This record gives sequence, C-alpha cells and structure tokens, in this order.
Amino acid sequence: MPKSYDTRSFNLGRWLRNRPRFLERAFRVSEWIFKRFDPLIERLGYKKVEPWIRPTEEWAKKLVFDCRMCGQCVLHATGMTCPMTCPKNLRNGPCGGVRPNGHCEVIPEMRCVWVEAYERSLEMPFYGHEISYLQPPVDRQLEGRSAWITLLSEEDRPVTTGWVEVAQINIRP
Amino acid sequence: MVNLQPGHEKIISGSRLEHVLKAGRFAVTAELNPPDSADPQKVYDAALVLSQVCDGINATDASGANCHMSSVAICALLTRAGYEPVMQVSCRDRNRIAIQGDVLGGAAMGVRNVLCLTGDDTSVGDQPQAKRVFDLDSIHLLYTIKTMRDEGRFLSGRVISEPPRLFLGAASNPFAPPYDWRPIRLAKKVQAGANFIQTQFCFDLARFREFMKMVRDLGLDEKVFILVGVGPLRSERAAEYMRTKVPGVVIPDQIVERLRKTPQAKQQFEGKRICIEIIQQVKEIKGVSGVHVMAYRQEELVAEIIEEAGLLPRPRQAEVTKHDPFKKKRKWERVKKL
Repeated sequence: MPKSYDTRSFNLGRWLRNRPRFLERAFRVSEWIFKRFDPLIERLGYKKVEPWIRPTEEWAKKLVFDCRMCGQCVLHATGMTCPMTCPKNLRNGPCGGVRPNGHCEVIPEMRCVWVEAYERSLEMPFYGHEISYLQPPVDRQLEGRSAWITLLSEEDRPVTTGWVEVAQINIRP
Repeated sequence: MVNLQPGHEKIISGSRLEHVLKAGRFAVTAELNPPDSADPQKVYDAALVLSQVCDGINATDASGANCHMSSVAICALLTRAGYEPVMQVSCRDRNRIAIQGDVLGGAAMGVRNVLCLTGDDTSVGDQPQAKRVFDLDSIHLLYTIKTMRDEGRFLSGRVISEPPRLFLGAASNPFAPPYDWRPIRLAKKVQAGANFIQTQFCFDLARFREFMKMVRDLGLDEKVFILVGVGPLRSERAAEYMRTKVPGVVIPDQIVERLRKTPQAKQQFEGKRICIEIIQQVKEIKGVSGVHVMAYRQEELVAEIIEEAGLLPRPRQAEVTKHDPFKKKRKWERVKKL
C-alpha cells in the first residue's frame, strides 16, 4: 500500500486536509492578499509575475493538496480536496462506482476523493455550499500554469457563455 | 389525441420514449448486449425480441470497459431497421471533439435519446492497459449536448446549422456513498439538462425508498423521469461476482441468502422471481416513471420478466406519438381541418 493512502501512518498533507476550516481561512486570507495586489500585478504584467509565483504555489499545493497543477483551482468549492486527484478527474461529484466502504473504484485502498470532499465541505462555513455548483469542463491549455494568475487574469473562465450563469445556481435546499 | 401530463406539454425530441413518459405511461427500457462480432444479424436478433417488450433499446458504450461493437454502430443498425435506440455515450474513451461529433452523427441517423455517462474505469475491463480519457464528466457532457440542442452551438460557441433534437438521459446510483449527497448530484444533473434518469441495479429497496423520499423533497420527481434499473441474477455465484467485481452494484445479503437456499437448478428461476418482485414494488413508489431492464447474457429472460411483471402490452407507436408537433402535416390533413 502506498504510504499516502494508508490512514494509519502520518501524512502532513492529509493531516492538514482533515482541517478544512483552517485551510478555508488560509484560502480567504491569500485570496484577500492576491485581490489586493491585483492592480500591481496587472501593471507588472501577469506573464512576468507568473514565473515568480508558480514555483511557490506548486510546492505548497503539492505538499498540502497533492496538487496536479491544472491551472484552474476549484479547491474552495470542493471541500479543500483536489478533484484532479480523482483517477477519473471528476469535477462535479462522485461517480457511481464508489465502494460501500467509501473507497475508490479504481484504487481500492484509497478513500474516494469526493466522499472526503463532501465530508469536509460540511465543516466549511463560507464556501461549503459551493460544492453543489456546476463546474465547467477543464481547460487543458492551462495545465501547469499558476492558478492564482489565471484567476486574476480571468483566463480560467469557460469559453461557452452558458456555463457561468448555470454554475452560480445553488442547488442545496 | 394523447394527453400529455401537466408540466410536460412540450415535446423536445419527438422520441417514442419521451412520448410514453410524458403521456404518463409506465415506461420500460432494456439493454442490448453488444456482440463481439462484425455480424449485424446478432444485433437484429436481439432487437427483434426487445422491441416488442420495451419503449427504448439501450445501446451500451463498452460497458464495464470491455471492448464490444460500438454504440454508434449499434444505433446505426437499429435506426436503419426502425427501432428506437437510446445511445449511451461514455466519457472514458473519447474527448470532447469526438463526442460532439458522434452526437451530431447519431442525431443525423435518427437517434432521439442519448444517455450521458462518465463510464466505468479502464482498470475493471478487459484492457486495463488503455489510456483513460475522461476529458469531460457526465455533467459536462449533459450540459454540452443541451447547449448543442437548445442553443445550436458547440462547446466552443460555433454555430450548428441544424441542431440535434435529443431527449437527454443520465445515470444515477443511489446505492453508493455518500448517500445523502446522491439526490443533490441528481439535482445537478437535472440542472445540466437531464430529462430522464436510469439508475444502477436496484436490489436494496429500503435504500431506494429513502433516496426517492429525498428526491421528492427536492421536487425533482416533477422535473425528471426516473427509470429504475432492474435485472435478474442468474445464480448465487453470479450475485457474488456482481457485488464484488462490478463497480457500484450493491446486493443485500438477504437476496444472496435467498438464492443460496434454492437448489442450483432453480436459481435462475428464483433470480427472475426476485426481479419481478422488485419491479412490482418499485412501481408503487411515488416518482418512479419506469424500469430499465439490464440482463447481461440473459436476454431471453427480459421478455419473460416484462410480461410476468404485467407491463405488457407496450403502447403502440401511434398511441403515444399522434400529435408530433415537428411532423409536417400532409396535404389532406390540412384540407380536412378546413
């Protein structure tokens, strides 16, 4: 069994991911900082700033979230659990193959990413409800880019117009 | 004139399945097991039996990640012979470009129902070495086809000169965790454009009743038609295999126990009985609009099950499709009205 799946041994990433409240706060703080500095970054040029931000972002997100650098981060809408770590790369919820014990259909020793995402989203007061939003398809051109930069430069918005409106509707009663 | 149910007066695709559901009839669909052969006769033979007992024939798209004749090809054969297929599209094998092309091609051949699936993973199939694609997921796929149909545009925004007219389906598995989120995922699918739902094999009725209650609380039973997946178990061994090897299938212990208690020779008959009992119980649940019969390698049983469950005769095509608004009126019909 690979070490990261084994829930008995210690794994820093998992330890942090199981504290979604803290991670949500960290996300809110960094979002506030990036939004604050957006005019400055825009003046410097997103392309120029990206090489400075990307390595730090990659290192931190790999450590905490096992990030796959898809370049269009939706962590806050998925219970601070990276949906790209799902073997099927699902971004809108679990497939029908989840085992009765809550483990993955593809990797039996791993807990389903979406089962964990759902549990964690229930603990998140600010962004927890966003797990019921519709997420647009992944833009594969952004793979390997810094998600903070694509967020600020609005490159991560879907091409088709309909997605944005339909995505904002909250389904949870 | 057929009376369509309130809230469902508008016909989207003109498919027979859509008409049956919107007329408030209990619908029956069945799965055609695709042959491992280049001989079209095998498809025709299976369809001949199924077409008499159901309103739509599902053409599976390499289900269980096992290689078979493609769903597009089966739909081509079925539409050519005048049958009503439900084209299954899974996201495992093709990217968004191929899928949108296949949907347009299917609609051009006369396919009116499409079932959007994420698809089983390659690792459970006969060729686990294959690359899994999963460029889209089932909800992306639903919304993509919905924009193609309603707005006449591809995912890129490029215009389609003649949009496909399709009745959109999606799958749902109420029997896999997280149980209390499954209805919300169903709501997502409805939001993304699902018109009908076919569920995974239903053996656990208690769980299914619970699921349907949550679905009704969300008001989804009025927006979408739910067809419950049912199927016969061939034997105790087959049941054991399905619950352990086939992803997402849950069979409660009491059903396996019931099969174990019957002698080997009668197990297939008992499996059929269980299936019929489940159909009859599911039919009584509010919000259920039909059943979807899946009988892997037991097609000969499908007709018997549907007949013995009291679901025959199926409504004739003319009974439910009399007033197709898309159908051009013939000259004499227009004259008659005057």
